This record gives sequence, C-alpha cells and structure tokens, in this order.
Amino acid sequence: MATPELSAWQRFVETFFRPDLLAEYSDDIALGMVVTCEVAVLVLVCGTALGLLLAYLRALRFRALNFLIVVFVDVMRALPPLVLILLFYFGLPSVGISLSSFVVLWLVLTLVLAAFAEEIFWAGMLSVRDGQWQAARSTGLGFNQTLVWVILPQAVRMTVPPLTNRAIAITKNTALGTVIGVGEILNQATTAQSFTGSATPLMMGAIAYVVLFVPVVMLGRWVETRFAWKRA
Amino acid sequence: MDLLVETFFNLAIMREALPLLLRGVLTTLALCAVVIPLGFAGGLVLAVLGTTRSRWKRFLLACWIDFFRAVPPLVLLIFVHSGLPFAGIELTAFAAVAVAFLLNNSAYYAEIVRAGIESIGRGQREAARSTGLTATQTLTWVVLPQAVRNVLPDLLSNTIEVVKLTSIASVVALPELLYAADMARSVTYNASPIVLAAGFYLLLLWPVVRLLSRLEHRIAG
Repeated sequence: MATPELSAWQRFVETFFRPDLLAEYSDDIALGMVVTCEVAVLVLVCGTALGLLLAYLRALRFRALNFLIVVFVDVMRALPPLVLILLFYFGLPSVGISLSSFVVLWLVLTLVLAAFAEEIFWAGMLSVRDGQWQAARSTGLGFNQTLVWVILPQAVRMTVPPLTNRAIAITKNTALGTVIGVGEILNQATTAQSFTGSATPLMMGAIAYVVLFVPVVMLGRWVETRFAWKRA
Repeated sequence: MDLLVETFFNLAIMREALPLLLRGVLTTLALCAVVIPLGFAGGLVLAVLGTTRSRWKRFLLACWIDFFRAVPPLVLLIFVHSGLPFAGIELTAFAAVAVAFLLNNSAYYAEIVRAGIESIGRGQREAARSTGLTATQTLTWVVLPQAVRNVLPDLLSNTIEVVKLTSIASVVALPELLYAADMARSVTYNASPIVLAAGFYLLLLWPVVRLLSRLEHRIAG
C-alpha cells in the first residue's frame, strides 16, 4: 500500500498528465498552436494597419467621416467580441455571405483591434503639440508629409505600451474561435477531452497557451518600462 | 434590404425573445456585481503584497500575475469548469465563472494598482510615516487613495473589459445575456436576438466607453 501522499500525487498525474494521452494528442495541440499563431499574426498586422488608416482619416477632419469612425470605435469597444463572432457566423449566411469560421474569427478580432488601435494612435497624434504641425507646415511640408515625417514618429513612441497590451489581450481572444469551431488550441483540447474523457488534453492546451503567451506578456512588461513616461 | 431587416432586425422575433433576454440581462448584472468587486479586491491584495521588500516574493508574485495574464480567460474558465471535476472538484457554472474571473481579473487589476502605487512619490510615504502613521495606515489612508485616483481611467477601462468578458460564461451554459440570445437564435433560426443582445450591451457600456474616451483624451491632451 502506497503512502496517501503518493497516491494523491499519482491520481493528479493520472488526471492531468496521462503519458499515453500526452503522446497521442501532442500533434493535435501542435496543430492548434499553428492555427492560433496564424490567426494572431493576421489579426495583429491587419488590425494595426486598419487602426492607423482610421486614425489618418480622422486627422483629415471631415465631420461626417469622423462621426462614423467614432461610432465604429465606440461600438467595437462596447461590444463583447463573442457577440460579434456569433452575429457574423450565424447571421451573415442568411443574407448570402458565408464566411468560414476562420475568416469570421479573423475579421471580428481585426475590427476590434482596429478600433482600439485607432483610439490609441489618435490619442498619440493629439499629444503632439500644435506648434509641431504649424512649424512643419510652414517649412513647406504637405499635410501627408507632416503627418508621416513629423507627427507619427513622435506619436508612435507614446502609443507603443498601450498598443502592445491591447494587442496581447486581443490575440488571446483567438480562444473564442473554439465556440464556432476554429481548430485552434482550445478547440483541439476540448475535442480531445470529450473523446478521451480525460482532463489531460485540457492541461496540454493550457500549457500550450502558457508557452505561447508568457513570453509575449513578459515582452509587454518590458515594453511598458522601456517606454514609460518618455512622452514627446 | 428586406432580407437584411428580416435577418438582423426581425421585430416579431425580438419581441418574442425579449423576456428571455431580460432575464439574461439580470444574470449578467448579478455576475458583474460578484466578479467586479471580487477581481478588484483580489487585485488590491496582490498589488499590496507586491510592495514587499523581498525580491523573491516579488518574483513569485510577478510569475503568478504573468501566468494568469497569459492564459486566455476562456481557457481558464473551461479548465476550471470541465477540468477540475476530474480532480474531484465540482463547481456550479456560476462558481466556476467566479473562480476563473477572480484568477484572471485580479491579475489585471493588480498590474493597474501597482502602476498607481508606483506613481506616488517616496516623499508621500516618508511624510506620512514621520507624522506617526504605521506602514499599514500609510498604505490605506495615504498611498492607495491617491494611487487609485491616478489610474482611474485604466481601472474603468479594465472594468469595461470585465463586463464584456462575462459573455464567455455562455460557453459553460450560464444563462447570462449572450447565452439567452444564442438560445433564442438557435430556436428561431434567426440572428435578431443576438442583435438585441448587442443592443443591451451597447446600452450598458456605451455611456461608460464615452466617459472613458473623454477621460483618456483629457489626460493625453
């Protein structure tokens, strides 16, 4: 008869780290990691670019356009991403637009990141003093030249910490894709869990996320201290 | 156009789903009333523990916080809800959500409060101590009130995120707003109930988002 401590430990291992399941499902989890990374990178690139574009359009100061941008940003900030995901995934096919679950996840997260990024870029641009605009324009630079060569380089510095943190938070929302069946990490893990009736695949999924995101969170922490309080 | 209205703004279906969704709103509000104070209190505790002089205690705390910031909340929730029963820990959906949210939200609130505490100069603490206040009194009456005020926009922003996050409770079948809406959708084969749910979320959060936006711009400008 083993000591009680040992059997409890064995039970823990048997529940969360069953060796045969670890081996059997490591490929599925790895596949999920690839899908998670694909969505994450696509969202980061497209969301940041769209956010910057929106901030640029806002700097043009057309009343009607600004109103639309502010409404878009507010709505995206106020709605839970999961609501948008369900809405796009189940609603759009009825009006003849069938998007794959992967595309829906990418599209929703891109729009959400774009909204937050627009706010952050815009706040950054506002933080650059008016004198900078006037000085740059009076040297003969055009509007676009001033924005690209004078304002943005100063604004972007300020936007790095909040944008990094927001990007990390939104990238983690890739896990929401499991609800509509995107084969990312969580989806692979819950599928395997229901097949095997064991918590081991869930633990594998959790570990996969930790492996992917702990370095990212630490990077965010570093960026925060690196750029702190050095406002233009 | 008719098809669009029929699909997303079907008033007949919305009216039918309304009672169910209103119950969902109440559950969402009840959930918020539990998880927001719990998460903030947890964050305060973590942030205060983080003021320790001991290097390795600070390191352990940072590990704890980074761990729970790295795991997506939905993963944590599913782990607590479907993983822990295998280890003999059975929680109701509500309790599972409360536990997962506490672990996740307290990490975020802690980081914000920590930034607030760091924004208070040493002089404040030294002055308070020299008037005869104890370390605990200094923290409670001098440092924390100013710290919280300095990071108010971030606290508000995080709280909006927490309210939005309650929608993931639908995944473990807790009948909050989104769950109710998705039920109605699957019964009626129509997306209008989800649009209605989106309307409720906007009603709840848009004013707060506006307020936050103004606070942020005032500070940036």
